[in-house]
Amino acid sequence: MMPIVLAVTAVILSLAAGGAIIRIARGPSLLDRVLATDVLLAILGAALCIDMAVNRHLNNLMLLVAISIIGFVGSVTVARFVADRRRHPHES
Amino acid sequence: MNPETFSGDTVIDAVSAVFMVVGALMSLGAAIGLLRFPDLMSRMHAATKPQVLGLFLLLCAVGLQMRTWWVWPVLVVAWIFQLLTVPVSAHMVGRAGYRTKHLHPELLSADELEAVVQQAAGERGFNVDGEPRRD
Repeated sequence: MMPIVLAVTAVILSLAAGGAIIRIARGPSLLDRVLATDVLLAILGAALCIDMAVNRHLNNLMLLVAISIIGFVGSVTVARFVADRRRHPHES
Repeated sequence: MNPETFSGDTVIDAVSAVFMVVGALMSLGAAIGLLRFPDLMSRMHAATKPQVLGLFLLLCAVGLQMRTWWVWPVLVVAWIFQLLTVPVSAHMVGRAGYRTKHLHPELLSADELEAVVQQAAGERGFNVDGEPRRD
């Protein structure tokens, strides 16, 4: 059963990562890109979790915590120093 | 599966498989929400799904697959750490989005911050857009 689960989740997570990357590339503002990067990190953490669950090891657990630290520090820093550079506000 | 081989192991495997697939679907939902929602605030709503519930389901799947008890406190610590950091970063992003006006005011059902901002701007001699008042 586990190989099937691995294949299904791999497809789902690849589609999700593609969507997040599209939003990073397209995103009208810097904050949208930061948010999509956070989601991409969450998808990476999900992939690490599934690897641990399917192969029954715990090697990635510290990497998971490190990823959440990186996402936290990155988004807080960018949100602290963001400025509005658009000509027309409210254009999303 | 016939009744002789129907053991607790199979049940645990099935439950963790369901957890893994649903946890991965949370990520897909977040990606769809990122692509389809109109502004930053609603995209932030979609982005929290894999960060909290998705991680919870996947850590539960890890704990079920390891078949030991000592691993659960470690997983709980990892999840609580995520629970502590995610609201702070979401608050910072939301505040920066409000300040730089990355929102559609007509989509909001309630804007509790607007009165506070206007009051503070009036006290300091600025109008709402941050420019000096001319009156």
